[in-house]
Amino acid sequence: MIDHFPESSLLISKEDLIPYSFDATATFYHAPLAVLFPSSIEDILWVLKWAKSNHACILPRGSGTSLSGAAVPQKNSIVLSMTKWNKILETDPDNLTLLVEPGITTQVVQEEAAKYSLFYPPDPGSYKISTIGGNVGHNSGGIRGLKYGVTRNYVLGMEVVLPNGQVVWLGNKCVKDSAGYSLKDLFIGSEGTLGIVTKVLLRLIPKPQERQVILASFPTLEAASEATSAIIKAALIPSALEFLDQKTIECIEAYSPAGFPKESQAVLLIESDGHPQAVRDEITRINQVLKQYGPLEIKIAEDPKQQEQLWSARKVAFSALARKAPTVLLEDVTVPRSSLVQMIRKIQQISKTYAVEIAVYAHMGDGNLHPVFLGDESNKDLMEKVFRAMKEIFLYAIKLGGTITGEHGVGLAKKEFLAYQYKSEEFQLLKSIKKILDPENLLNPGKIFD
Amino acid sequence: MDPAVIQKCIHCGMCLPSCPTYQETKIERNSPRGRISLMRAIAEKRMDLTASFAHELYFCLGCLACQTACPVGVDYKTLFEASRQDIEKSKILNNPLRLLARTFLIKYLFLSSWRLRTFGRLLRIYQRMGLDRFFKSLPFLPAKLKDMLGQLPSIAPHFSYEIISTREIPINTPARWKVGLLTGCVQDLVFSKINRDTADVLLYNGCEVICPPEQGCCGSLHAHNGELETAERLAKKLLAAFPIEELDAIITNSAGCGSHLKHFSDLFPPGTFWRQKAEVWDKKVYDIHEWLIKIGFSPPQAFPCTSQSHTVITYHDACHLCHGQKIKNEPRAILRSLPCIQFIELEEADHCCGSAGIYNILQPEMAHKLLNKKVEKIKKTNASVVCTANPGCLLFIEKGLKKHHLNIQTIHPISLLAQYYRMKERDGGSIEKKEANLAGLIH
Repeated sequence: MIDHFPESSLLISKEDLIPYSFDATATFYHAPLAVLFPSSIEDILWVLKWAKSNHACILPRGSGTSLSGAAVPQKNSIVLSMTKWNKILETDPDNLTLLVEPGITTQVVQEEAAKYSLFYPPDPGSYKISTIGGNVGHNSGGIRGLKYGVTRNYVLGMEVVLPNGQVVWLGNKCVKDSAGYSLKDLFIGSEGTLGIVTKVLLRLIPKPQERQVILASFPTLEAASEATSAIIKAALIPSALEFLDQKTIECIEAYSPAGFPKESQAVLLIESDGHPQAVRDEITRINQVLKQYGPLEIKIAEDPKQQEQLWSARKVAFSALARKAPTVLLEDVTVPRSSLVQMIRKIQQISKTYAVEIAVYAHMGDGNLHPVFLGDESNKDLMEKVFRAMKEIFLYAIKLGGTITGEHGVGLAKKEFLAYQYKSEEFQLLKSIKKILDPENLLNPGKIFD
Repeated sequence: MDPAVIQKCIHCGMCLPSCPTYQETKIERNSPRGRISLMRAIAEKRMDLTASFAHELYFCLGCLACQTACPVGVDYKTLFEASRQDIEKSKILNNPLRLLARTFLIKYLFLSSWRLRTFGRLLRIYQRMGLDRFFKSLPFLPAKLKDMLGQLPSIAPHFSYEIISTREIPINTPARWKVGLLTGCVQDLVFSKINRDTADVLLYNGCEVICPPEQGCCGSLHAHNGELETAERLAKKLLAAFPIEELDAIITNSAGCGSHLKHFSDLFPPGTFWRQKAEVWDKKVYDIHEWLIKIGFSPPQAFPCTSQSHTVITYHDACHLCHGQKIKNEPRAILRSLPCIQFIELEEADHCCGSAGIYNILQPEMAHKLLNKKVEKIKKTNASVVCTANPGCLLFIEKGLKKHHLNIQTIHPISLLAQYYRMKERDGGSIEKKEANLAGLIH
């Protein structure tokens, strides 16, 4: 392999490999065998063949900001870094589509759409650096899932290199397509275990004309959760409905003061967008609902600058929480929105029972919670408790009809719990798809399930 | 190295978009979290301190943009300086030429103001005699050497102590504050005018200025290049040169120095005499822009100007001002207060220009990539003046603009402010000016 690729595209030294031995998940580390920056499809086909005959495996990787260990190499992994494949191939304003390479960042896609007064809604916290390839691999969500959905809702098609060396194009520019199984959907959220995505065709929508942001603070976590369930029950669907507890607010404000009230136990950050009149109407109705749940204060962001400040601050929540503890573990259990209060109560109770500090922020409107466990890798006892607390939260979410992961994927971190969520025949169905597409386990083995 | 500082990094990747080297190469080891992962591997004895690691740490600009981007608050500056110190102690990069250059520059030249000024005088004579043009015209000299000769900045006609008295008092207004003025090393040799301007601006705003003639380098260059012990010696010199207790503030006008000057106490062990002195010092060091905003500076008086006479200016954030000291708004507020000026924000104003101390000499390829990017962004603003508050940036950006044949001036914001104050004085004012004529800089 060393003879086949130039030095600039194949990294093999220890100093080069250690920085590829992790993603943004705590506690998982393993250095790869090599890191390859492919310059063509042929390179990818070549390395697939090489891996097959040398008992190695391949890990397609974007910026390595995944939160489930999906981008952590395993034994004999060759990292296929797609970060240099970052071009926009075609913007088609006539069809509202965008064809991109997988290494392009989410932010650049959003900016390109904005140039045409269009909008690409998926908005993960790491949008400044996360890649579209990575977003597709994890079916990433973010703060606008409630009204606009997640990555899956914006992928029209893709080019994929299959483990057997075939290059296929799945999907098209059509709004409707009933031609057989929706194969592209198999690859969305597959965490790089089924194929290597080399092009992505994205769907864009018109940019909302107006947006307003409400910041409401509450004396208890329950009150904020009840208010959220009530907003959904009133069939109000704002573009974002976020929840932050006091610990999270404190850390965010320590990083970059954005005006979150530090003294309240929980805040809701709500955004309404669309036609100006519809926005005004929605804001009024949301306000009415909020007022029934005893808010301490309701504020409306004064201008786009203040809105931006609040959202930027919100997006760094996870990293900012690392100020609290040496090791932070972020989970993303998701429950039906009518069960939010129960789930929040359970998290508080589990935190007490195990004496483990848990901060919570959430895409509350999606029912997607981010409990953050404050641990310390060097303290085995504490980590043991953290994992027990985590397991109990997963099991409770499943009991409520929820899922162990709303947007981060299973990766390494949650594969132990996947079997709890699926019945055995469902679990077998999941595994059989991997077997059909990648019988030799060449692509990112050991992720999602063993 | 302190493992607790390394472990703060949770490798979330939020630093990646801010890092100039990662953005160019897209290779993880060229990123902050990549470099920290290597430091961690060394601290945990999973890897030796290798030459490759050493080169990586010298490939880092030390611009600290990652520190601004980091939501966790990882102290990259400390990790970076400590790593470079370990590298120098290990001698792993030593070769005769590097040793000679480092010994001459860091351990000899920049160690005393006398040596620096003697060097400056020689260089000045050499430049006045036109020898630099002569050498550059010699066909047999290698292009690389010619380029290096071309990079030598013009030595100013006077050093700071020749144009700033040890003590100066405001004439028109009573002195409300007593401040020390740091004259720096490169600033003293090349930009003594900026020091004079700073003194004038301080006087105009009611500050008595104390400016010891023998100050020397503050040691930021040394701390940045793994010579923390030398940095400590230089810090002691400065601490002894100023009557710290008597002063309300100690003012610096150079971003790179300020970022180091505010943390002198880190150089000394707790409880020692020097540490105590440094702690008082650290609290009193202000960047000039920060100080002016704090005391409520007087904006220059408006004068009539036609719309045609509006000069378009823009501002480049020196890394060690915006990332090192978190000073972003203050210089902008000062520039926006100037009459007859249209202030245009520079895109990516807080991205490093590539100068980064002696980085542009050590890593010319990466430095010039960043410089070209910077020049492109400046061009886009249509500005005729670029302001920035660090001698290194001023020199490097000026070089870039010249290379692209752009008629755009570079100036320190404080020099521009001083110019405005003097414009008003021309109509019958009387503030003390030793070097009044900076004429033609903006019109």
